[in-house]
Amino acid sequence: MENSNITMQSEKISKSFGGIKAVNNLDIKFYSGKILGLVGPNGSGKTTLVNLLTGVYTIDSGKIKIGDSFFSKILPNKILFYGITRTFQKIRLIEQISVLENIAMVVAKKDIISAIFENNKKFNLNKSKEILKKVGLLEKQNEAAENLSYGQRKLLEIGRVLATNSEIYFFDEPFAGLSPKMREIISEIILELKDQGKTIILIEHDMEIIKNLSDKIFVLAEGKKLKYGKPEEVLSDMEVKKAYLG
Amino acid sequence: MEYLIHILILISIFSILGITLDLVVGYTGQLAINQSVFYGIGAYSTAILATTFEINFFWTIIFGILLSATVSFLVGIILNRFSGDIYALVSFGFAIIMHAVFLNWQTLTNGPLGISGIGRPEIFGFVFSENLFFLFLSIFFLFVVYFLCKILVNSSFGRALKVVREDELVSQIFGYKPVNYKLVIFIISSSLASISGALFASYVSFIDPSSFILLESIFILTIIIVGGISNIRGAILGAIILIFLPEAIRFIDLPADIAAQSRQIIYGILLLVMMYFRPKGFLGKFRI
Repeated sequence: MENSNITMQSEKISKSFGGIKAVNNLDIKFYSGKILGLVGPNGSGKTTLVNLLTGVYTIDSGKIKIGDSFFSKILPNKILFYGITRTFQKIRLIEQISVLENIAMVVAKKDIISAIFENNKKFNLNKSKEILKKVGLLEKQNEAAENLSYGQRKLLEIGRVLATNSEIYFFDEPFAGLSPKMREIISEIILELKDQGKTIILIEHDMEIIKNLSDKIFVLAEGKKLKYGKPEEVLSDMEVKKAYLG
Repeated sequence: MEYLIHILILISIFSILGITLDLVVGYTGQLAINQSVFYGIGAYSTAILATTFEINFFWTIIFGILLSATVSFLVGIILNRFSGDIYALVSFGFAIIMHAVFLNWQTLTNGPLGISGIGRPEIFGFVFSENLFFLFLSIFFLFVVYFLCKILVNSSFGRALKVVREDELVSQIFGYKPVNYKLVIFIISSSLASISGALFASYVSFIDPSSFILLESIFILTIIIVGGISNIRGAILGAIILIFLPEAIRFIDLPADIAAQSRQIIYGILLLVMMYFRPKGFLGKFRI
């Protein structure tokens, strides 16, 4: 892959919790129009890595490059501005507002003056409805998010990241616990994003899904790179199998 | 009739306090126990400017709003560094400090002796000396505050406040700056709350620090908890219930020493019952 296609990369980033190195001197690159499967056994540092790259955690050392700019610290409220968005391993919706509002809050302008004197409310609502239609939740638009089923909640979270129209998408276990039909909807959305040239990082435990969707797989173990390459090579690697099976 | 008008004026004043507090507690999820401070600032602004400089009531309201905005801006910056229980405690501390200021800055507030002789509002030569007319004025201000807050909470800004209330991290991930939102709503809430202080000072014509004690902040908080938080109509309902209910006790033939304490007992029981059976309050839209 050409370097010009790199949209984001980390350079020797580390993060420790107490004495444990959750991410250890890690270099990782993400490319536009590609899906990178990020896998590894439980506790290998996958979610920590996503949290570091999206400003949820601060990095102890190293740098993050987004586009042409280097950062030693990323603020979570800046990531959307950098064209980055994410879902969460444990779904985090705004529970006590409606499904439509969960999307509209992403579509709306964020500065306070624009928020008070919103003059494109109708446009934003229509855009939000389009997204709900895409994830199959239009009929639920007026329900409180807390009343949705588990699968619907996952879909709403996916809808929320779609509403950002970002360049880089981190999906943290988007398929976990979903029905085959819902999995299909999410797979289609991810592939559509890829076709649009977006960068996708997919954390998933289901190896069949990872194999089918990913262009490359990055295996993490104890916060370090264990393997990186094409799905068939990586998944048949003995070291990878050993890391998973112990 | 005069008695009913008196009660309705108090309901209007405390509805304004409740609505404005709900912006911070209900819509932003910050347990601010300091509304008595801005109630007091509004009252003292009117009292001092009207008695010392003979400034018209309506100008004193504007001054009170600006002073409350300035104080809330400075205090809000500090409060924003805290969240949850600590936030409540710090706001609690702020209310105590400001009460001490009202009590001890004698050259300005006349300390415990208070300020008397505060005149009724006057506009184009018409003086609101009759309580009925004062009631109309109070209701007018209540409607102004109600509709301003209604517009605010129904806008994207209001929705953003709810997002911040429920999950600050998610709000940040989707581009919001919670600190700014919390500060702005605190300033708006405090500024509008000062209007009720101005109305109170002008209505009773005498104020002293005992009207702006910490218990008053807790009473305002009780209003929105009973009425229902995150719904500005709930604040009005809460004010009606909490002001009417103790008054009803007057018509029951209770011994004087029990009747005197009945207000606090009723509030306590009401809070317990609401927390147990209906934690959202009567009209509440947000679960505490």
